Amino acid sequence: MEHIRNFSIIAHIDHGKSTLADRLIQHTGVVNDRNFKDQILDNMEIERERGITIKSQAICLPYKARDGKTYALNLIDTPGHVDFSYEVSRSLASCEGVLLLIDAAQGVQAQTLANLYLAMEHDLEIIPVINKIDLPSADVERVIGQIETELGLDADSHLQCSAKEGTGIEEILETVVRRIPPPAGDPAAPLAALIFDAHYDPFRGTVIYCRIFAGQLKAGDIIRLMFNNALYRVEEVGHFLLNREKRQNLSAGEVGYIIAGVKTVSDVRTGDTITLENRPCEKPLPGFKEVKPVVYASIYPIASDDYEDLADSLEKFKLNDASFIYQKDSSVALGQGFRCGFLGLLHLDIVQERLEREYDLSIILSVPSVRFRFTLKDGAVLEVDNPAHYPDPIAIAKSEEPYIRAVMMMPDRYLGAVMKLCMEKRGANSTLTYTGPGRAELIFEMPLAEVIYDFYDRFKSVTQGYGSFDYDVIDYRESQLVLLDILVNGEKVDALSQIVHRERARARGLQACERLKEEIPRQMFKIAIQGVIGGEIISRTTISPFRKDVTAKCYGGDITRKRKLLEKQKKGKKRMKMIGSVSIPQSAFLAVLKSDAS
Amino acid sequence: MSPAGLYVHIPFCRQKCAYCNFYSIVLEKDPSPFIHALLKELSFYADEFECFDTIYIGGGTPSILPVQSIADILTAVGRNYTILPEPEITVEVNPGDAESAYLESLRLSGVNRINIGIQSFDDRLLRFLGRRHDHRQAGAAIENAIAAGFDNIGLDLIYGIPGQTFGLWQETLSLALSFRPHHLSCYQLTLEADTSLGQQFADNLFDLPGDAAQAEFFFTTADFLENSGYIHYEVSNFARSASLFSRHNQKYWQHQPYLGLGPSAHSFCRGKRWWNHRSVEKYVDALLNGETPVEDAEILTADQLRTEALFLGFRTRWGIDLCDFEEKCHFNLLDEKRDALQRLAAAGLIEISGGRIRPTRTGLAVADQLALL
Repeated sequence: MEHIRNFSIIAHIDHGKSTLADRLIQHTGVVNDRNFKDQILDNMEIERERGITIKSQAICLPYKARDGKTYALNLIDTPGHVDFSYEVSRSLASCEGVLLLIDAAQGVQAQTLANLYLAMEHDLEIIPVINKIDLPSADVERVIGQIETELGLDADSHLQCSAKEGTGIEEILETVVRRIPPPAGDPAAPLAALIFDAHYDPFRGTVIYCRIFAGQLKAGDIIRLMFNNALYRVEEVGHFLLNREKRQNLSAGEVGYIIAGVKTVSDVRTGDTITLENRPCEKPLPGFKEVKPVVYASIYPIASDDYEDLADSLEKFKLNDASFIYQKDSSVALGQGFRCGFLGLLHLDIVQERLEREYDLSIILSVPSVRFRFTLKDGAVLEVDNPAHYPDPIAIAKSEEPYIRAVMMMPDRYLGAVMKLCMEKRGANSTLTYTGPGRAELIFEMPLAEVIYDFYDRFKSVTQGYGSFDYDVIDYRESQLVLLDILVNGEKVDALSQIVHRERARARGLQACERLKEEIPRQMFKIAIQGVIGGEIISRTTISPFRKDVTAKCYGGDITRKRKLLEKQKKGKKRMKMIGSVSIPQSAFLAVLKSDAS
Repeated sequence: MSPAGLYVHIPFCRQKCAYCNFYSIVLEKDPSPFIHALLKELSFYADEFECFDTIYIGGGTPSILPVQSIADILTAVGRNYTILPEPEITVEVNPGDAESAYLESLRLSGVNRINIGIQSFDDRLLRFLGRRHDHRQAGAAIENAIAAGFDNIGLDLIYGIPGQTFGLWQETLSLALSFRPHHLSCYQLTLEADTSLGQQFADNLFDLPGDAAQAEFFFTTADFLENSGYIHYEVSNFARSASLFSRHNQKYWQHQPYLGLGPSAHSFCRGKRWWNHRSVEKYVDALLNGETPVEDAEILTADQLRTEALFLGFRTRWGIDLCDFEEKCHFNLLDEKRDALQRLAAAGLIEISGGRIRPTRTGLAVADQLALL
């Protein structure tokens, strides 16, 4: 155990976590240069395409230190986007220390702080690392100052590197060995292993990722999953190198995987404790803080026959994304589906894409919503995250919506633009603090509904990427809310409904109609799109039909070619949802929330 | 099985037209090796095709060949297959080749229908299209055909050409009608990427009429010709009476068997389609080696057959025969697609009656979309 170090890299998004992880992996020789590719831990296609980390990944790096001993460094790469801080917090529960990475040009950002606090909560050893020192705009002195003043850490303890150029890497590995304590825990005690992640392997069943806090585990042992007392015989245990690497046993302090033929996917819960049947530990380890979703939307299969498939896939997906929650739901327009909770719009976007790619599903997502609260005249309190459940307006005594406290950091030259944006989003009670020369921290209280509504993209664009943003939900506040319905050819499409602030309603109605006009392709009929509030039509657009769409010449040699074109179109049409006589593409449901500015 | 149609592709032109993507090469040497190859290919299919009631010699430019070659081809067809009584035998003629003597010999060799590629009577537009004739030659060609005794003359015209106003198109149509042609094909100019016009369009050298204008061209053409006594029987085809509909082309739209000879020609028989090499050289070489010059083939799945039957059927005014469709495609359209059909009918795009689904004229204009129901 003396030779194990469990650590993680945390940072604000784009400060270079995955690149540093790449360098550490290369330096320790886990992969030879020929097999190396950038962002090597981001093995999801979608992570590589978008250049972001979504899932935490673990890898065991064998490192021969200057003291002549070989250490097993368990590195856990974590995501940086605010939507995925839950992933970070789970990973940190398996670590004794972190590398806190800071971009030499951008300095301390909102997620730098948020992640630092997470690490402090877990009582971890923190090593500040200034990255990207090769950049012409790097200002190392300023960042050193920030480490002292803004992070409250000892500036002398910091390291410098350029992950891109590969400088400073060895010093980082040495410091990990020297400063991060080896894991504690008694290998002779009863087994206590914390599940921090899992995924479903079609050949092996559920693969459980865990950190052993006490005891030992080997193939053949009978394990007990403590929350529901399910029993399984362990088939295989091992470590993660780049792939699963089978081992004789896992022992206290180690991070690894367990395969135990778990076919009942719902038996495995992230945060649960695994112990041994014949010698159980006394009580489960403290699990993870339960995450509360902030954005809700319904998922429907495009073809209603695929409902069972969708149900099955969601269960497996949930294994690998503990922050995702769902329950049954049904829509008049879209049929049977599931109401789902997400940590933010990026999370929602990623879930949709992963479900389509990893499970080969064609799905439709309804317009996202936050959870509103309505007090009725009879005193009943309703929490509504689905516009379909909006109560009868006559019965409502009080409407409330969730508010957040948004923390934004940026160079002060963007203050004007950001303030204007926040006011537009009904922001209030702002405080402004200068955290250093030319750097401002702006705090606003804003309705969460406004933030899910294209705030992040616009914030990024008005600060030209130099701003950072983080938020907490603080409370519910009274608000004037109305239900905005969308009619397509006179038929209400409940999945397009939104609960909106009364003053914003008209503008939202217009916007929704315009967006739908752009997203719904022309069809054979005229399509009328209307925004309606309480029976009153507040906006309207029409999509004119095709008047001419036919090949001029179609003789012997043209037929196969024409058929292939039509087959392609037919395939495209299958990816749309028929509502009445109108085919609505998937993209339309999310586009309703986008404004002109984004 | 209904009698089959025979198509013969003559892959030669004096020059390539700027819009055409049918396979052809500029004729620079003696075409007789090709004719020999063609006659050889003719002898290959006696087992699959016994008799024909239509023959269509197209291209390319068939009229680039001496009449003797056309006569040789027809004789060879007669030697290898049965030609049913009262066949329809069509040859495509380029206005520049339509000399009286040539046309007369053509008729004497058995050809009873000619189709003349007029395209336009406007010299400026003809040049834009890369045609080698002018409006005078176009008129003379029609007069010569009438004088040669043809009683089934078809004219090809093109609309939607950049720079062509409705007025100019109307003039071309009126001029065409002044000859009282038996048959008219009016095609919307369609640009293919692998043509010279397609390339110019990609390079933004000109604009095409917009969607609304294209629809306008289509509907005014149909109005004008119907008012002049023509039947609009297929998207782009009009005839003075039902007996003057192109019998050969109907076979394509009704999934009837046809044999295509010559480079790039397609054949269809019993749910199988095959097509020849799109190269004179490969075509001739294959036949010299005693092989069929087939490049590839496909056997249509039930689904593919259905898709084709739909988009081909909706191109014609007689539409789709429901019994026929069910028998051929094992699919009851009325039962399976009731809602969609009702919506299309309510929108005035189709009519369902007498065991048929017929597109209305509005429906004809969006026939490709109808097929996606």
